[in-house]
Amino acid sequence: MTPQGSIRRRLFFQLAGVAAVLSLTFFFVVRSVAERAAEGTQDEILAASATAIADSLRSENGGVTLDLPYSALSMLGSVSEDRVFYRVTADGKTLTGYDDLPLPTGGRQTGQTIVETLTYRGDELRAVSVLRPLGSFSAQQDVVVTVAQTREGLEAISRRITATATAVGGGFFLLATALSLWAARTALAPLERLTGAVTRRGPKDLRPVDAIAPAELVPLVTALNGFMSRLRASLLRTEDFIAEAAHRVRTPLATVRAQAEVTHRKLNKPEHKQAIREMIRAIDESSRSAGQMLDHAMVTFRTDSMDRDALDLSALTRETCSQLVPTADLKDISITTDCGPDPVPFEGDRILLQAALLNILDNAIKYSPADSHISVSLRTREDLILSVADEGRGFDDLDLPRLANRYQRGSNTGDIVGSGLGLTIASDVAGAHGGRLIIAQNPKGVGACVSLVLPH
Amino acid sequence: MRIACLAALIWVAQAAVAVAFDAEDHVDYPASPETAVLRVISTADQSVFEPILLAFQARNPGLSVQYTITSTTELMRAIQDEDAVFDLAISSAMDLQTKLANDGFARRFSPTVADGLPSWAIWRDQLFAFTQEPAVLLVSDADFPPGTEPRSREALIATLRENPDRFRGRVGTYDVRTSGFGYLMATQDSRNSEAFWRLMEVMGRLDAQLYCCSGAMIRDVAAGDLALAYNVLGSYAAAQQAEVDGFRIVELDDYVNVMLRTALIPTTAENVDGAQKMVTFLLSLQRQPDVTTAAGLPAIDPASFQANTALRPIRFGPGLLVFLDQLRRQNFLRNWEGSLVQE
Amino acid sequence: MRFLLIEDNQKLSSAVAERLHLDGHAVDCADTLNAASACIAVADYDLILLDIMLPDGDGRDFLEQHRQAKNRTPIIVTTARSAVSDRVGLLDLGADDYITKPFDFSELEARCRAVLRRQGGAADNNKSFCGTVLDSAAAELRFADKQVSLRNRELRLMEVFFAAPGQIFSKSHLLDRLFSFAEDVSENAIEVYVGRLRKRLDGADITIETVRGLGYRMVAA
Repeated sequence: MTPQGSIRRRLFFQLAGVAAVLSLTFFFVVRSVAERAAEGTQDEILAASATAIADSLRSENGGVTLDLPYSALSMLGSVSEDRVFYRVTADGKTLTGYDDLPLPTGGRQTGQTIVETLTYRGDELRAVSVLRPLGSFSAQQDVVVTVAQTREGLEAISRRITATATAVGGGFFLLATALSLWAARTALAPLERLTGAVTRRGPKDLRPVDAIAPAELVPLVTALNGFMSRLRASLLRTEDFIAEAAHRVRTPLATVRAQAEVTHRKLNKPEHKQAIREMIRAIDESSRSAGQMLDHAMVTFRTDSMDRDALDLSALTRETCSQLVPTADLKDISITTDCGPDPVPFEGDRILLQAALLNILDNAIKYSPADSHISVSLRTREDLILSVADEGRGFDDLDLPRLANRYQRGSNTGDIVGSGLGLTIASDVAGAHGGRLIIAQNPKGVGACVSLVLPH
Repeated sequence: MRIACLAALIWVAQAAVAVAFDAEDHVDYPASPETAVLRVISTADQSVFEPILLAFQARNPGLSVQYTITSTTELMRAIQDEDAVFDLAISSAMDLQTKLANDGFARRFSPTVADGLPSWAIWRDQLFAFTQEPAVLLVSDADFPPGTEPRSREALIATLRENPDRFRGRVGTYDVRTSGFGYLMATQDSRNSEAFWRLMEVMGRLDAQLYCCSGAMIRDVAAGDLALAYNVLGSYAAAQQAEVDGFRIVELDDYVNVMLRTALIPTTAENVDGAQKMVTFLLSLQRQPDVTTAAGLPAIDPASFQANTALRPIRFGPGLLVFLDQLRRQNFLRNWEGSLVQE
Repeated sequence: MRFLLIEDNQKLSSAVAERLHLDGHAVDCADTLNAASACIAVADYDLILLDIMLPDGDGRDFLEQHRQAKNRTPIIVTTARSAVSDRVGLLDLGADDYITKPFDFSELEARCRAVLRRQGGAADNNKSFCGTVLDSAAAELRFADKQVSLRNRELRLMEVFFAAPGQIFSKSHLLDRLFSFAEDVSENAIEVYVGRLRKRLDGADITIETVRGLGYRMVAA
């Protein structure tokens, strides 16, 4: 399954994106507010200065004169080291100050304060002008007091504010990003816990998941539990079906076979006996086929959810062989097992391994002549090699690769009851354990040698 | 020295055509071999500044120095109105220097040696103060036996009022109409204390003698022609005291205005690098007592302000522009004349 | 031998019982676990054949109870279920062996024999004739002071003769008793095994006699 995006990454990027937008907004808002405040402060000081100058205006001998108050200019130097320019005009004539300083362009209402930004001597100035009428009604003069200041201090403040806003905004962004990372991780923790709870389960564990899940995951957990209960029911049905099928097929076959044997014993005519013998053979063949098919179904079903038991392969081999000794005895076939003195530890599915070995041995017994020998050996090399060598008719060389395929029988087995599934089962089991099945001629002479090769 | 004078004469002949402001003197300090020329315009006498120039030249071989001496107002005129080419302008008129910087005639420079200096010593990275020179009261030993001199302006006023006959015609101060330093000190006084105008009234009634320069006042006090002189440049007085007896320097207890001698690099400067070296050198005078002693110029010393809290350095800033305002100056001089020149 | 056959399918039960009769065994049939318990209470059996799926319970429970009651009668489970997956569990529960339906009776007999041999053999299974003892459990003949071990088919052939000394058995009958239906053998094969038995009996007071045209019988030498 290829993952399509990551919820954590998406969550993280979304949160970080929000943090970035907030940081930027914060940065611009802080800067704009602070700069406006700084500019406002400068304007206020300029206005105070201009007002102070205007307040010291007085009429004298029909003209306007002025004693420039010391504080009017010195106050401008208290905040910054900006350059200061001023001009006082009466009816357009410069009374004092810098007579090339531009006059305000705005309205001319008396008492008005005009704030402008202008360029003077190559520098940007902030200029505040106050308009005052002066003198008696007959000889009233419009006096304009303009005080201007360069904006270097303002720019320095702006730089400082920008630096601070950048630092705070950046810090906020970093902090928010870290928190986003944490939040994304925390938000997904229940999902990981749930994943862990499901992953840690054994292959047979189909109980409902009871991990504590947040409300958002409850539907998923419910669906998962529903699915598992259906799966469990389905598996049980499959197992039941296999068992039931076996029962339904085998019980009547057993009855028929027993009755056939009885009948066979009672008959005397050789041709009648032969007929019954054929019948029993047919029964045996169908029974064996059914058995192997059921075995194969069981093996396939089981390899999907294999057990990994720690077991002793040596003991398992001896035990399995001993179960077939009575069957072999009927044909005076002896089975020897050579597993060495020590336990051979292996991790695998006991039932599958027994099924594989039983099928191999069953084949060997079937194809061995009376009074012969089957030798089972377990060797530990690079891999574990469990070999069953018989003295039967062996395989034609051409058959070897395809023998392990389902329902394939050797070309020289026409007279032996068998479905051809035995080696397939063994091969499937070997594959499920990461190993393989090797079919070869018996190296010690006539017969076949079938080996389960299992990795440690 | 003869070579220096000869060179100075030739240079004056050449410069006289181009320079319209009134230069009092020119001195040339050629370097050999010469790699660059530093043109300095200054209000300080050659005798005062020569030790500093020579020490500077010793550190910067190859740099010739052309030293032009002029008055504070002429220096202002040269830089502001005539675009005269100087690499460095050194003046004792803080207000004029401030106006030059404020009106955009100075270059910026961030010296690296400014660490030990108080923040008020540098303004806008354009004005660099390198001396602190108090305005003091001079008293003649004859009129004021030790211990009897007034210690404050109030005491001075009282002393003058109580003995009008004894002091008539025997008190002196600057004629602020002609002396830039005198005007600066008088305006600062008028800001600092109400006592100033009363003092001027009293001195006016006593027929105060008005002087253009510190030197004449010091000489007259030492000679006993004057009983006291008010607002004399302390650094000159201290230098003169080593040679002439008969007077004492009194730093009044209520406050002492301290003038700062400043350098600025005009926008017209051609040898900016040399000018910056000079500024750096001037700012480090505090660490070269032998040079300052020879020059008789006290370097900026933050510790002295802690030792004597009456010392008030005049602050740079737009406030200094106030008394340069045409109307304000007219009014101030009118008041001053009204108080002091009563006839 | 006396069998208890626990099987709920009547037809199968009677067919198996009849077939075992033919080999001279006594068989009691029980179609429920309750009936089986009742049988065990009143009679001793050499072997119990137990079906797993029964109307009144699971054969596995019977197995457990049987073992908990320290009853040593061997049990061979007959089942129609898939072979391998059940085998482990059943053997762990105390079954002595396991055979899948439909079964070859000769294999059943072989398994019974193997189970009994594992149990150390019952003395009353020994049969004797004219001083010669056939110990089925040990698979040997004892006569004079000799002990002769027999291979599987030799033993089974010997058992046929010891079951009815003096009786004539046809070659065909002996063939049925000795070979499975899967094997194609001629009647001559019987002659081979009779010949072997005669060699084994060398020195004994009994012999296998050929009755021309009819078959073979065991008689005193």
